[in-house]
Amino acid sequence: MSEAQPILAMRAEGSTRSVWYAPWRFHGPRGSDTAWAVAFLVPYIWVLFVFVLYPICFGFWLGSQAQGFDELLDNPQFWATVFNTFLLAGVGVNVMLFLAFLLSGFFILPGRWIKALLGLFMLPWALPALPAFLSMHWMFIGYGGFMNSALGAVFGVEGPIWFNSYELAMGINVLAYIWKWMPFWTLVFLAGRLAIPQDIYDAASVDGATGVGRFVFVTFPLLANLYLVCTLLATLWALADFVTAYFVSSGAPALQTEVLATFTFRMMFDYGYVELGLAAGLIVLPLSIPLTLLLIRRLQTTELQL
Amino acid sequence: MSRLATSYLSGRSNYRLIEFCVEAACVVLGVWLAIWALIPVYNMALIAFSEHGAVFSGQTWPSQPSLHAFAVVWGQDFWYLERFWHQFGNSFFIGITTMILTLLIGTMTSFTIGRLKLRHGWMLSNAALMTYVIPASFLAIPFYRIMNIYGLSNNPWSVIAAMVTFASPYSIFIFQHYGKSIPMELDESARIDGATPLQIYVLIYLPLMAPALVAVGTYSLLLAWNEYLYQFLLLSSRDNMTVSVALAQFLNSDEAPWNYMMATAIIYALPPIAIYYASRRYMASGLTMGGVKG
Repeated sequence: MSEAQPILAMRAEGSTRSVWYAPWRFHGPRGSDTAWAVAFLVPYIWVLFVFVLYPICFGFWLGSQAQGFDELLDNPQFWATVFNTFLLAGVGVNVMLFLAFLLSGFFILPGRWIKALLGLFMLPWALPALPAFLSMHWMFIGYGGFMNSALGAVFGVEGPIWFNSYELAMGINVLAYIWKWMPFWTLVFLAGRLAIPQDIYDAASVDGATGVGRFVFVTFPLLANLYLVCTLLATLWALADFVTAYFVSSGAPALQTEVLATFTFRMMFDYGYVELGLAAGLIVLPLSIPLTLLLIRRLQTTELQL
Repeated sequence: MSRLATSYLSGRSNYRLIEFCVEAACVVLGVWLAIWALIPVYNMALIAFSEHGAVFSGQTWPSQPSLHAFAVVWGQDFWYLERFWHQFGNSFFIGITTMILTLLIGTMTSFTIGRLKLRHGWMLSNAALMTYVIPASFLAIPFYRIMNIYGLSNNPWSVIAAMVTFASPYSIFIFQHYGKSIPMELDESARIDGATPLQIYVLIYLPLMAPALVAVGTYSLLLAWNEYLYQFLLLSSRDNMTVSVALAQFLNSDEAPWNYMMATAIIYALPPIAIYYASRRYMASGLTMGGVKG
């Protein structure tokens, strides 16, 4: 309160500056504000040190002790695993985000039934991963599974034993991942589209932009940065994904469809090769560090000024 | 919807026909999307409502629908499900605590960085994102060892700590971007009225952030509910176990009653679905990241 008096007085005098800036606005916190700022930041800084930095350093230390790298690079199954991870986090994620982007354009259409459909479409996201993926596993189990029963009942064909073929099993893994996570990204893109002011579209339509032109010259440029940020985040999350490969295909056939996360886990806990597992975990760093740095860079320009 | 859909294709003579075709295409797409979303859910229900012997007999509709499996789960009448409701409570405790802590820590951090204009605040939000450098599942081993050092092994708080750690970077990121839509002038006028930062946080910031709070709250709750690896590693005793670990136990045996497992899965899936549909109205607006400023 004591600070407020001279400020009000200053305004009343009619300062010659056309815009008046509050002193606390551009000079950072001062006095008791700093105390508050520190108090507010303590919980997260504590989390960051205790549960992020320490485990990461510990992991690096364990990894630097590990002798497993040579052995790992000679392991043909490891390279198959890297390829599978690429299929999921590289190909699958991009297909998912592209579809989510298109679908967000569908769900933005006005209409009561489209709103209701969006609710239904979001169900996979609200459904916990484990039950959903266990259901997927039993659905594609082959004879007696729902998929083959349905194929038989509707088309009269006999479905394959899905998890006996590498291509089918891997396809189902990627499909399951897309099924589970596409709704979330559709919602994020929908939020992005809703944030585009209508007058931009009005101005574009005065200039004659319709249909495809509207999409190519207005919607996409405005959402391009969001799209990139989402791709980076989704890739980082997909690299860490354990549940899909572990429960949908469970590595079948013959552990061919494992990803790095499940490979690491199996090496460490099923076979007790802790060093090999740690080495396999650290192998993603050359990929995840640039992705994170790029994400940080892009986030600083996410706010698009027009 | 027809007006907007046809505005894409305006200026044609056979306007009616095009309008009809667009509408029909929308309906066809809608039906496909509904089928796509529902098939695995239907499969869950199909197995859960079947008798044990009928589970993999090639049926597409439960021939003799029964609630037997649900009754077994309800009464905890099966070896793997002896402590089901207790474990359900554990899952709930972990999920809700993760949600509350994520919201609290996330808003406090983003409030300080975004509203108190801390000079090097951006460094903290960047540091938060560095959490993603080592994907969560590769951090499991160091985490496991460190929890032993902290004396938190086989303790639900270790899972909560892990979940809050992985949910926080994204929540700070969403809060910061959503917070930019709240005018700074509100804080300034509150300060002229003598409000402390704590009062601004509680009375102005939090209420105006409600949509983002709902969205991030749902996100963090689902993150904890989806999680398996950390719950499996960090919680070993039957009394501390969560439902997702108990569910995966069914896979240890070859001849497990899958209808019991699916009934358990359906009951486990109900709370997040209820929470999602209760908070659905706020989701889209709350998830806005980096909106477009006109």
